[in-house]
Amino acid sequence: MTRTRVLAVLASTLLTLFSAPLHAQTGQGPLRIEITEGVIEPLPIAIAPFVVEGNAAPQLARDITAVVASDLEGSGLFRPISETAFISQVTNFNAPVQYADWKAINAQGLVVGAVTVQGDRITVKFRLFDTFSEAPLGEGLQFTGTANAWRRLGHKVADQVYSRITGEGGYFDSRLVFVSETGPKNARQKRLAVMDYDGENQGFLTDSQTLVLAPRISADGSEVLYTSYATGFPQVTRLDTRTLESRPLEGQPEGMTFSPRYAPDGKSVLFSMAVGGNTDIFSLPLSGGERKRLTTAPSIETAPSYSPDGSQIVFESDRSGSPQLYVMPAGGGEPRRISFGQGRYGTPVWSPRGDLIAFTKQNRGRFHIGVMRVDGSEERLLTASFLDEGPTWAPNGRVVMFTRETAGAGGEPSLYSVDITGRNLRRVKTPGAASDPAWSPLLE
Amino acid sequence: MTRFARLLPLCALVALAACSDPFGGSGTGQTAAPGSTADPSSVAYFQQTVGDRVLFPVDQAVLTDGARATVNQQAKWLTANGAYTAVVEGHADEQGTREYNLALGARRATAVRDQLVEAGVAPGRIRTLTYGKERPLEVCSEEACYEKNRRAVTVLTAGGTS
Repeated sequence: MTRTRVLAVLASTLLTLFSAPLHAQTGQGPLRIEITEGVIEPLPIAIAPFVVEGNAAPQLARDITAVVASDLEGSGLFRPISETAFISQVTNFNAPVQYADWKAINAQGLVVGAVTVQGDRITVKFRLFDTFSEAPLGEGLQFTGTANAWRRLGHKVADQVYSRITGEGGYFDSRLVFVSETGPKNARQKRLAVMDYDGENQGFLTDSQTLVLAPRISADGSEVLYTSYATGFPQVTRLDTRTLESRPLEGQPEGMTFSPRYAPDGKSVLFSMAVGGNTDIFSLPLSGGERKRLTTAPSIETAPSYSPDGSQIVFESDRSGSPQLYVMPAGGGEPRRISFGQGRYGTPVWSPRGDLIAFTKQNRGRFHIGVMRVDGSEERLLTASFLDEGPTWAPNGRVVMFTRETAGAGGEPSLYSVDITGRNLRRVKTPGAASDPAWSPLLE
Repeated sequence: MTRFARLLPLCALVALAACSDPFGGSGTGQTAAPGSTADPSSVAYFQQTVGDRVLFPVDQAVLTDGARATVNQQAKWLTANGAYTAVVEGHADEQGTREYNLALGARRATAVRDQLVEAGVAPGRIRTLTYGKERPLEVCSEEACYEKNRRAVTVLTAGGTS
């Protein structure tokens, strides 16, 4: 993928999509998925092929419909019903819904949509119906974007459907920054890459000349913070996703710095620095200002992550003799240990909902991704493999993505996602080996 | 920043082969060593006869007795060959998170650096660098490989103190 293409892809995400209600009608039927109860049977849903209006290309309408279906199916909560089973065909967006036809094929919900094209702009509108209550679920909405953002329009519809039925925020219209890997294990080349959450629209942010690790994406997607070996030494670096220009984080001390993380308001960052074999956590305002050392123990303190309200920091420390998780006030202060299970804990990340902390756990030669409440209670392991590490949260705090690396000389990393119930483990589509995913917030 | 930037060109002067790695040598030991081991002042002699690396037990960053003896020999060589400076690279095996291993590698590199200083090398001649688990020497997922990857490698560069 060329640099030009990358810019085009990134630019498309900057579009402002607007939505407007089509009707004032609302209905709150019983159609509802309670995610916390653990969904074993996905909800059957009919997604009628989106209607072509005006001179929109039929293929475009089919493609957008497929994005909606893929998103909902991929969440593990929905089972789109095959079009071949449909009794009714939807050829007019405003036609009355033949509820009986949809109930007959056990479609609990029905999504109807239409696509129009005007110049370079695509408009997608949709309505969601609760077929058994025979009522719309929420208002009809429409989204408009430029032609190259057509997948985003599908994601926007899917996010609405997901959100209305689960009562939770969506996560489909989001991006990932990650590390793309090539080459043998003892000469791995790494470069920063970005893609949609579902692996589409992939592009590179750096070349493979410089070792790069563990990127984080800013809330607005305009910047990536990562560890670069451009100087020969690990150093926290900022990259502008529009110009692809990078520069070391200003105001950081001279030395080896790594493990950066944005504050929730995006105005400051946390990072670790190793001095004389001792690694500690620092905070630094991005607009210039005083750097603050937050930990001073002679042990390793690293992998910091803010709570969503910015008031606390969870991090890992081996002060007890093995790596464990601790929480301290955002300005530093006495940390409180929260992990007490067997094994070693690392890379804690606070959920965007604030209720859970995801982490990597190493125990008896296996690695796990797990979650616990912020006080350390109710620890649950979601995965187990030779090497799972580095969780990142979906924007809605219901799914985590992480790196899974296979064993042996031919071992390679890839990205996986799993629901916080431990279900729906899926490999994320990437062009090659991939590691260190960082999930963006929902796009505007 | 100027201190960082200086490493690469200096490295290019010392050993072209080692500079095929853009980071100034990753301690993989696969690059051709300049000079002959018959010459006690050569980099090859330092790498092979003195021993440019020490290994660490699982999760440890304290030098074993054998490792300390090797580092003391490195110090002796550096004292006798004042034209060289050194970067000590700390590495970890793959059994650990990327982020923790970066810190662990720094700890291992520092253990070697501290012993070099203890044995008389001027602190200004030594820098430390961590690669965590990013640059394994051996690629199997067994202890036979892990024990060789848990290492600190003293990489020589030409030039005065920085």
